Amino acid sequence: MTEPNHNPSPVLRNRVIVRVARSGPIDFGRRVAAIRLFGGRLSMRADLRSLGAGSILLLLAGVIGTVSLASGKFPIPLVDVFRALLGTTDDNIRMVVVEWRLPRLLLAFLLGTALGLSGAIFQSLTRNPLGSPDIIGFSAGSYTGALVVILLFSGGYYATAAGALAGGIVTAAAVYLLAYRGGAQGFRLIVVGIGISAMLGALNAWMIRQADLQIAMSAAIWGAGSLNGLGFEQFWPVLLMLILIVPFVLVLARPMRQLELGDDAAMASGLNANRLRLMLMIGGVALTAIVTAAAGPIAFVSLAAPQIARRLVRAAGVALVPAALTGGLLLTAADWGAQHGFGVQLPVGVMTVSIGGLYFLWLLLREARQ
Amino acid sequence: MTDGSNSRSKRLQAQNVTLRYNQRIIAQDLSVAIPNGSFTVIVGPNACGKSTLLRALSRLLIPSAGTVILDGKTIAGYPAKQVARTVGLLPQTSAAPDGIRVADLVARGRYPHQSFFRQWSHEDEAAVAAAMAATQTMELSGRLVDELSGGQRQRVWVAMVLAQQTPLLLLDEPTTFLDIAHQIELLDLCQDLNAEGRTIVAVLHDLNHACRYATNIIAMKGGGIAAHGPPAAIMTEQLVEDVFGLPCMIIPDPVANTPLIIPKRRG
Repeated sequence: MTEPNHNPSPVLRNRVIVRVARSGPIDFGRRVAAIRLFGGRLSMRADLRSLGAGSILLLLAGVIGTVSLASGKFPIPLVDVFRALLGTTDDNIRMVVVEWRLPRLLLAFLLGTALGLSGAIFQSLTRNPLGSPDIIGFSAGSYTGALVVILLFSGGYYATAAGALAGGIVTAAAVYLLAYRGGAQGFRLIVVGIGISAMLGALNAWMIRQADLQIAMSAAIWGAGSLNGLGFEQFWPVLLMLILIVPFVLVLARPMRQLELGDDAAMASGLNANRLRLMLMIGGVALTAIVTAAAGPIAFVSLAAPQIARRLVRAAGVALVPAALTGGLLLTAADWGAQHGFGVQLPVGVMTVSIGGLYFLWLLLREARQ
Repeated sequence: MTDGSNSRSKRLQAQNVTLRYNQRIIAQDLSVAIPNGSFTVIVGPNACGKSTLLRALSRLLIPSAGTVILDGKTIAGYPAKQVARTVGLLPQTSAAPDGIRVADLVARGRYPHQSFFRQWSHEDEAAVAAAMAATQTMELSGRLVDELSGGQRQRVWVAMVLAQQTPLLLLDEPTTFLDIAHQIELLDLCQDLNAEGRTIVAVLHDLNHACRYATNIIAMKGGGIAAHGPPAAIMTEQLVEDVFGLPCMIIPDPVANTPLIIPKRRG
């Protein structure tokens, strides 16, 4: 802008002074580095606090992961854990560390990140910390799908996974369509989702009651969400699916932040708000469905991770990557606790429900006070 | 005022548009052209369709009949981001995400100029700095938006639209929440931007502000255009009575010599 030469009001002169006095870099109120590469073809603003928090989360997950590889019925010294990972130990230790414990650890971390991402997407879409996929019915729907397969077709792991996937997607579609009124608005999604969730919960309980005790038990265990007995054959499909979905979701991160400004402002900056919301929902549902298919409905990680991450990075709105890393760390830690904390192996879902329940209570109390 | 036959002088116009939300019709068969380089102010009573017209002009609302034309083509035919680089809109209501700081919010105005790979160019930085300087929000730059006063917050939102650097700028009640000094300051700013060549369209409630700052006034009533033209030409006691149902007296503004509306008692 050049200085206009008409009507020089006092306000205008004041403005020019301000402009000259502050010609340095913009104060974002936090430490930000502008990164510009390849003659400006690649540019971004790196937030140092987010980078730092992300590194610490990864580091913590690494530490807990290492401890988790070392602990169990056959405790293995940390040195041998590293040797086993590098392939320089005897076959017994290698088998315990790499074939038994590693896939479960990797799954815990990956599924945790998926839950964190999915939770962040739905909390951003609904602009509400309660808007997580397990609250708005997708987990209950996946469970219904899985129960149908377990009880009616006594299906195995993959059939159950497919049932869960289908159940989650059908439920999501139902919630979306029921909440749709010229675009699916955030709060309606939550209210409709909670209603559907309650109905499916009743249906699920009824189905379990109808079944034989043996089958009902295994269905109930699946319903708690567990990583027990999972190995590399479950890990690879999960990894493959996430490689497909996560980049799609991360590309949507920028438009998603823009959508947090409200529909009008987002549309005025060139976004198709309704289409973006649909794409975000598809991404979020796919992420939840993958987790539920692989390990059952693991509760509360997607609810808590985005909020914990927000407080860690003090981000504006919901931040996807920190939420994903927090989710990964939470589930890794919860699974370690579930395996070794109580003398018996618990389903990790029991851990997340108990920790998450406390968090949920705190969240509700805090919201109620405001 | 020349007629709309020369489309080069009217970059943005609505032609026989019907505007509706679901079944509720707000405006029917409405035509209006925004003269290039004008400071157009839309006035009218509550719920007469001012904001709806602004939403249609900025492509937020697609008319159910008729078209909105931008630079000779129907606005719906452009890629959304291209429209957003030409027409900026300050909506009446916006939501600031929890915990967002001023500079970050202003920087979001740069969205239509950015891409996945170009997220923060030198131009972005310069535009944000200029927008904050123009709205005097530079000293607020690192503050949390939640902690600002209503007036400060409004200036930050204006800065966000300015950062979008569009030749056409649509503002829906930009002076809401501002005290009288900040209202005048904001209108002065609009006038400066207008003098620099930007076309401004603003919805204002204060008729005297409209008369003083506008080069062109659109008076709306019940979803239609009641009058359209320069303030001195159209602003009559009869018009104010017709549009607002308010008896008044009009005298020359002693400062700017524009029409000054003095309300009288009803009846």
